Order: sequence, then C-alpha cells, then structure tokens
Amino acid sequence: MKDILQELECRREVARLGGGQKRIDAQHSKGKLTARERIELLLDEGSFEEFDMFKAHRCTDFGMQEQQMPGDGVVTGWGTINGRMVYVFSQDFTVFGGSLSETHAEKICKIMDMAMQNGAPVIGLNDSGGARIQEGVASLAGYADVFQRNIMASGVVPQISVIMGPCAGGAVYSPAMTDFIFMVRDSSYMFVTGPDVVKTVTNEVVTAEELGGASTHTKKSSVADGAFENDVEALAEVRRLVDFLPLNNREKPPVRPFFDEVDRVEESLDTLIPDNPNTPYDMKELIGKIADEGDFFEIQADYAKNILTGFIRMEGQTVGVVANQPMVLAGCLDIDSSRKAARFVRFCDAFEIPILTLVDVPGFLPGTSQEYNGVIKHGAKLLFAYGEATVPKVTVITRKAYGGAYDVMASKHLRGDFNYAWPTAEIAVMGAKGAVEILYRNELGDPDKIAARTKDYEDRFANPFVAAEKGFIDEVIQPRSTRRRVTRAFASLRNKKLTNPWKKHDNIPL
Amino acid sequence: MFKKILIANRGEIACRVIKTARKMGIKTVAVYSDADRHALHVQMADEAYHIGPPPANQSYIVIDKIMEAIKATGAEAVHPGYGFLSENSKFAEALSAAGVAFIGPPVGAIEAMGDKITSKKIAQDAQVNTVPGYMGLIEDAEEAVKISNQIGYPVMIKASAGGGGKGMRIAWNDTEAREGFESSKNEAANSFGDDRIFIEKFVTQPRHIEIQVLADSHGNAVYLHERECSIQRRNQKVVEEAPSPFLDEETRKAMGEQSVALAKAVGYASAGTVEFIVDGERNFYFLEMNTRLQVEHPVTELITGIDLVEQMIRVAAGEKLPFEQKDLKINGWAIENRLYAEDPYRNFLPSIGRLTRYRPPVEGRTTTGGIVRNDTGVYEGGEISMYYDPMIAKLCTWGETRAAAIEEMRVALDTFEVEGIGHNLPFVAAVMDHERFTSGNMTTAFIAEEYPEGFDGVTLPKDALVKVAAAASAMNRVAEIRRTQVSGRLGNHERRVGTDWIVSLQGEDFATTIAADRDGSNVTIDGAVLRVESDWTPGDSLARLSVGGEPLVLKVDKITHGFRIRFRGADIKVHVRTPRQAELAKLMPEKLPPDTSKLLLCPMPGLIVKVNVAEGDEVQEGQALCTVEAMKMENILRAERKGIVKAVKAAAGDSMAVDEVIIEFE
Repeated sequence: MKDILQELECRREVARLGGGQKRIDAQHSKGKLTARERIELLLDEGSFEEFDMFKAHRCTDFGMQEQQMPGDGVVTGWGTINGRMVYVFSQDFTVFGGSLSETHAEKICKIMDMAMQNGAPVIGLNDSGGARIQEGVASLAGYADVFQRNIMASGVVPQISVIMGPCAGGAVYSPAMTDFIFMVRDSSYMFVTGPDVVKTVTNEVVTAEELGGASTHTKKSSVADGAFENDVEALAEVRRLVDFLPLNNREKPPVRPFFDEVDRVEESLDTLIPDNPNTPYDMKELIGKIADEGDFFEIQADYAKNILTGFIRMEGQTVGVVANQPMVLAGCLDIDSSRKAARFVRFCDAFEIPILTLVDVPGFLPGTSQEYNGVIKHGAKLLFAYGEATVPKVTVITRKAYGGAYDVMASKHLRGDFNYAWPTAEIAVMGAKGAVEILYRNELGDPDKIAARTKDYEDRFANPFVAAEKGFIDEVIQPRSTRRRVTRAFASLRNKKLTNPWKKHDNIPL
Repeated sequence: MFKKILIANRGEIACRVIKTARKMGIKTVAVYSDADRHALHVQMADEAYHIGPPPANQSYIVIDKIMEAIKATGAEAVHPGYGFLSENSKFAEALSAAGVAFIGPPVGAIEAMGDKITSKKIAQDAQVNTVPGYMGLIEDAEEAVKISNQIGYPVMIKASAGGGGKGMRIAWNDTEAREGFESSKNEAANSFGDDRIFIEKFVTQPRHIEIQVLADSHGNAVYLHERECSIQRRNQKVVEEAPSPFLDEETRKAMGEQSVALAKAVGYASAGTVEFIVDGERNFYFLEMNTRLQVEHPVTELITGIDLVEQMIRVAAGEKLPFEQKDLKINGWAIENRLYAEDPYRNFLPSIGRLTRYRPPVEGRTTTGGIVRNDTGVYEGGEISMYYDPMIAKLCTWGETRAAAIEEMRVALDTFEVEGIGHNLPFVAAVMDHERFTSGNMTTAFIAEEYPEGFDGVTLPKDALVKVAAAASAMNRVAEIRRTQVSGRLGNHERRVGTDWIVSLQGEDFATTIAADRDGSNVTIDGAVLRVESDWTPGDSLARLSVGGEPLVLKVDKITHGFRIRFRGADIKVHVRTPRQAELAKLMPEKLPPDTSKLLLCPMPGLIVKVNVAEGDEVQEGQALCTVEAMKMENILRAERKGIVKAVKAAAGDSMAVDEVIIEFE
C-alpha cells in the first residue's frame, strides 16, 4: 500500500518539474518565473487545487509519442485570491515551449467551463510559443475551442489575461477577447505575425519588442490594459485588481472594510479649478480625493490619456471611474478616448459595477484624421455604452461640458441617476468665443462688440445654472463636499433596478 | 496706536505681520496681485486691495499702486515685510509725504545702509570691523578683474543693492571674475533695477552670524543677540539658529555693541539686522545692515520671547522700547528650516505648482517640552507661483538645548506633509542628522562641501532600518488582514495572513516574525523583539508609531508588496513579502533606467531663453548648451562631456516640461 501512495508522490514530483531543471533555469535566466511559481504568487498561499496534472497529449506524429510530459505544457486548476475563488491556467514554457496542443486546450476548456458554471473569474497566464505544429489542425481546433469559451464567458465571469512570455499568431485572440490584458515589460510580446513574416511580406524591419512589446500595446495599440516591471509585480497587481471585481455577473461587486470617512471634506478641491478656463489641472487629484483611501486602480493608464478609466472604492464598494483629463488634449473626446472609455463602461455595466463620471470636456477633437478614421462611429460607442448601461450612474461636471460631448459623458439624458455640477461648471453648446463667432458673424469686424457679445454669452452659459433650471443638473454642489455627495448618491442607488427591453443583443457601432 | 495698517507684502511674512496686528487689535489691509487672489494673506486680512498683474514689478514693488491702496483703505501705517519695498527709501519718502507711518527705520537710515559701499564707510567710521575690499563703483569686467587682482583671490562680487544671494558671485580667477561681474550686473539690473557692483575679499572658513538690533526714535537701541545662518546654498540661507553654537560671551557682546553703535550712528529706529562674517578665530567683519525685518527673525523671537513685529509697530507709533539691554537674555535654543519649493533631487531646481497636500505639524508646545512654530503663506490646494520666492514655510522649533531643538525639528519634519511639488524637506531633514551640523562645526560652505555632487537622498543607518522594517511589517499585517475581509469569500476556506515576512529595504533583507495582540504587535527581527504600537490604518499618509518604546513618524504610500516610506530625509521602497514571495522576487532581473546619457533633458519646467548650439556642432565638456528660465532665474545648462549635437529639439521661446528633450547627442 505504501508503495502505491509513494507512486503518486513520485508522479507529482515529475509533473511539478515540468520540462526539467535545465529548462527551469533557462526560464529563470530570462527573468521569468515558471508556470507553477506564477500560480503560487497569484493565489493565496496553499490554496491551489490542480486539475489534470497528469494529462498527456495524444499526438503520434513526428516522434511526439516518444516525448511525453505530464500536464502537457499548461497548469490548470482553481484557488483563492484573498479567499475568493478564481480559476487559473498557466502555460508552461519549459514544456514544449508552452505550445498549445489539443489536450492542452482541453485542460483550459475544462476550467473555463467550471468557472462559468460555478461563477468565478478566469485568469490566464500566457507564455506559449504558439500552436503545437506537430498536431496540425488539432491544435488549431484547440484554439478555437478556447475562443468559443472566451466568447461565452464574456460578461458572465471576469476574464483576465497576463502575457508573461510570447503570445503570437492565433494564440493572441484568446486574450484579445478577455476583459483585461496585462503584460510584463521586456519579457512578453503579442502579435499576429512575427518580425520574420513581417519582413518577408512587407520588408519592414522591426524587433519583437517594437512590434508587440508591452510598450507598444499599452501606448500605441491599446491591446493591453497595463504593463508591469516583472512577473512578481504583475501577479501582485492582478490580485489587487481581482479585489475590485465581482466573481460573476450574478453577484454584486465586492465590499471590504474601509478606513476612510464617508463625509470627508476636501477643502483643497475648492481651488482645483484654475481661474483661467484654459489652464489644465490634474483630474487624478479629484479621483484620489473622492476615492476611499485615495486608492485608484487605473486601466489603460498609458493610452488615450485624455480620458481616465479605472476602479476606486466608495464605502468599501467598487466603483468604476471615467474622467476627462484636462492635462492631455484639454480632456477632449476623440477616437481613442471614446473607444477606451466605451469598453470600460461596458465592462462595468456587464458586472454591475456602478459608474462615476467626472466631466471636463471641451468637445470632440476636430480634424480630418478624426473624421477619416470614423470618429462618428467610435464616438458613438461611448454614447451607446453609457446609454445602455443600467448600473448606478453618478456624474459630476467640474468645468466644461460642451456640445455633443456633454450629452455623451453620462448626461441626465442618458439615464444618469445623479447629475451633479460644481459651481465652476460651464454647460453649453460650445465655448463663448466659438458661439459668438457663429451667432454674430456680421459683427466680427468690431472687436468691442464681439467682446461684449462674448461676455453676454459667458454670463448666460458659463455656469451650471441654466442646465440646473431645466433639471438636467440635479444639484450644484460644493467641490469640497464631492466625496460626501457622491458616496450618498451611490448609497441611495444600492437597490437600483433598471432593465433594458428584451433583445437578442444590441448592435453597438463596432 | 494705529487703527489700521497695510502690509505691502505677500506670502508668509504678510501673514506673520497680520497675526501680530490682530493680537494688538489693529485692523489689517492686504494687497495682492492677480496671482495671489486666493492667497492666504488675502484671506487672513480684514481687507484686501488688488494692485495689479502677477509680476512684482507691476504690482508689489510699484510704489504708486501701494499708495493707491493706502488711500483707498485709509491705512495709517505700512509694514513692508522683507524684500519688495522694504528697503526702498523712495517708498519711505512717499509714505512720509502722504503722512502715513512707515513701520521701519527712517529714510536716512535706509539710504545709508541700503548701499553696500556707503554702509561700509559708515560702519568703518562707527568703529565697526569691516572686510577689506574695493568700495568704488566698477565700470566694466576688465576693471573688475584688475581690482580682484589687487585685493587677491578669492573675491566676492556683489550687487550694491543686492540681498538674499541675488547678484552675488565668488571668483577664484580672472575668468570667473569676468563672468561673475557680468552675471551679477545682469541679475542686479533685473532684480533691483540697480546694476552697481562692488568687490571685496572673500573670507575663508566663514560663518554667517548676524545681530538683531532694535531701536526706537527716542535714542534707545539694544541688540537681541545673534542668529547663525551659516547653512546656505548659493548664498541663500536654508537653516538658521539662535543663538550661534560658535560665539562666546565676549564675542557676542562685542558684536552686539558694535551693531548698536552702527544703529545709533545712522539714527536707526525699528528692527534691523547687522550681518557679520566670522572666521575660524572668531574675527568678525561687518557685511551689511538690513534695514528691515529678516526672514529668520522667528528664531530670535523664540529665544528672547519678544515679538519683533509688535516692537516695530510700537516704535513706528512713537513708543519707547519697553526693555533695556540688561533685560534681554537668551532662553534655550531655536532652529529654523526654510522649506522651499525646490527639488533637492534635481539640483534644487524650482518646482512650482499646486500643493495637492499640505499638512504642517501642529504648532505650539510639544509633548516633549519643545515648541513648534510654522510661519507659512500657503495652504492645501494653494499654488506655489512662478512669480515669487518659492518659499513654502519657515519651520521653527525651540528646545531647552540645541540638541533638544534639533530633535524637535527632526520630528516636526517627519510630520510635515507636502505633496504636489518638489520641495527640500528631505534635504533639511538630512542636514538635521548631519554630524557636522549637530556638532555645530559648520561654515557657509557646509552644503557645497558636504553635498558636492548634490543631494541624492539619505542612507538610513542600520538601527533606523530595523525600526522601519518592524513598522512596515506591522502596517503590512493590518493591510493584508483587511484584504482578506473582502466579501464573496469561500466560507471556511479564507486566507490566513501569515506571521513570517521578509522586509526588504535599502538593499537589505530582514526576516521578521510578527505576533499581534489587541494593542499592537511584537516583531522579532534578528532574534530581538521590538514592540510596535500604532493606530495606522491603510490610506493614512502619516503613520505615527511607537517602535521599541520610541516614537516613530513615517510618511507612507502604498506600493506593490509594500510601502514607499519617507523618514529623516530618506525616501525608500520597503517591500514586505512572504518568504516564498521574497525568494521568487530575488529571481527578478534588476532593470536599469532608460539611457538618457545622450540627451539633454529639461531639468525643470521653464522657458527656453537661448539655445547656444546647432545640429552637428561639436561641444566640449562644460560648454553652455542652452539657457532655461524658471522662476525668473536663468539657468545655463552645460555639456557634461564632449560630444556632437545630433538634433536640437527646442528653440528659444519654447515652454518646456520636466524631462522634455532639448538636445540629442550622437
């Protein structure tokens, strides 16, 4: 009997060693951790329960029958993050370069099915050379099986991808359909076709890092939502993100004890808005001063910086924040910022996370490049996302809310629950100067008259009261009391029920 | 007594004067420029009067505007503070002509002492020791070189109307004398509208010690002992104290009596300061007399118990001094640190902007028997403007002894929160712990000698590291336990927070074991047990702890796996990890910051005044590359080594942000 028990330990030992010590050392020398080490860091100590440790591939071509490694290049199972359940798969680069075989895919599919059934997030740690070429179409079928599950799980359980090594070719489309993608700087890259193919086809010479490194995807392509210095930091920050997210779409977002005053007054906010309406200020300061303990988990911090997206807590409960950032491009909406914010709003709505919108927007960015690239449809994405969202929506206009962008930014007209404005708010079709140039075109030759007209327009519209008179603004609030007002607003919306008409699905302008 | 006074100044000194006026039951009028519309002095005063656009030469130093404010508000007297119009005899004359009292000395005294050359002659006549030098006006750079050679290097080139380090240069050779003359002249012309320059011997091993005098208009004059202001950076005082650790009773008396003699010689009436340079043998030489309230006057107030502003007001109202020399004793020790919006990690470049957080320590008596005083003109949410002096506050502490005053200062600095701008808090904290400062053995070259490469933070000693490590592991426990209390947990399978943690800071790892109870925790480090007690909770930016029975105040920000901690001038990342996390973290590659060695980055937000090189130019080490203007100071950026200019990314007139590329090299 002893021997049989011993046999299990021996087999486990072998499986845990993955591709062997030599490959583990090679992995370490690249500054990367192994699949199992990563899981250790991601999950609560000792909480990992593994599935399919001994699963092996079924390939017999190209001598593959001679090469069998238990687990087949991916470690799967479940565990907890701060006591909350998550499912995880972690590709093992030391085993067949983490390549995806039919069986490898089956392992991933198994935990994804369980995650959906049991209502817990899926976290994928990607480190794979791509398809298992020896398996041919079976490998491709495996990818597609995973894709289909990504699609089905979308909006049911949160899906997070962490790219911790190569992720190329068809493999990129699984992370692409998850809710969040994070990358590790200098050791991960993602692309559909690699530098060699690029060179052959287009003659472009480009490195893997330039083509699909963390910097490219966080700053240029917006494929990734964030990048971290190394594996350890990335996994710690994913734990931090999971603390913000509900486990599934049937559950409310998590609440945890908080050490902050609900009615904390921030006098310094009274002077946040500069005297000069064209002087920028940092909207992050406002977010920090509204949030519990100043804690803000920013999503897509390096992309379309004219809009800020991310998670905070109010009274310990997760709130998604969308805020125009006057520091960049005056906080205008454009193609990139609309897409970024729209996706974030839809994530929040899918998972019942209330949305706080902080508005200081001078309008949409004008220009041929915007129009040629379809700002109409991209801008409509954000408008659509806000309009369809049924979660609690609280909006604070701090300064400018001009034109169509006013409508878009979670206005009253898009079923905003609480629409607040600071006394410094200016809600109008456009800035006074532009308005006067159109309204009084025939007086343009007379600067004195124009100045007087501009002043008139400012007096009439450079304030929140016209909108408040019409009920588009529920209340004009003191900046210093913003945290108290917003927390109370969300508190009052805890039992909000709002349902959209039945439809198979909507047709958001993709 | 006056019923209403106007303060022709801004910032902390305006606030300071308002406080005393209020105490005396006098109404106050503030004046303000556009940039100061929301300033603290405007909020504190009973009335405020707008005097024009932000630049001081269009507002605060325009005599007509101040006169207009006086007329409009009916103020009976004017306190000028320091700087601006405080030593402007034309202003004093204008007041006198309008029948308004000047809370300062008579016009004659200002004129006599306002000019460095004249003042030196008067001082010599009054038997005051003076430094050898050339008293005449200097025409051009060549003459400056000739005179410098006659006096013998090193020499000091100074603006006649200068003060506060502006328009002042030290030259050790002909080239420097030539350059120094030109730049002093330009700076003097810009800052004071008076480009007269003089040259004198530069005293080595010098200490800057000054005597506070107070005189009334009835012929009485006393000295309120000395202040030592040797800790200076580029002739700008940073740390001041009273008394001086260097003076003996005899020297103090001699300096005091000469100062009083000088005051009497010019018919002085008000508070004034006679500045001396003191060499290693306690020889002292007269430098200049400042006919105004000094920035560092609070240290004198703390050791004498006399409110100098009150006395100035009373003297201006014609009252007699209520004390004699024999009444003036030295009680305890006081230190002042000037907190500037200057980034010590970037060679003290000015850092302007919004104070997103500003929480000074509580003023008044401390639990350890000392006193904290903070003279400030800013508030949280306020702005450090590019138009004026970048001073944030003057933090003063008092103790029975010098050591006690320094210890009070260390704690006060640890407690002082300033965010949003770069500031010199870490630097002054480092000075407070510097052995040469604590021993009192400093000269005016202290900063130049002790921080020749600039300031790059403090390395904490081992015992401090252990305490910080214990504190961090206790704080980490609180934060981690809270994380396990999130809703949606898998019942009965919760995460248990462990007791063993590896704390990594400043390149060292400490294995800690933490055992918590109701009131705190016992942290075992290296076999020793440290008791840690604190009411810190996540999100608190200031942690007040008791570690091993001793108080510890840390500034805390959360980072991944730990905290950024600022303490005693150190700014360090403290990682708290489980043994396994620490083991794996060790495998992570050390990443070097991106190579910027081939770039000239803009070191501060500012305006490009001039670019001296063009694409393809070969530059030599030390060659001027471009000039950036920030806070009205022109900063010349020089080549660190030989190279060829690959591209010039900015042109004159461009406004630059920090770290923006100005020039690329090949």
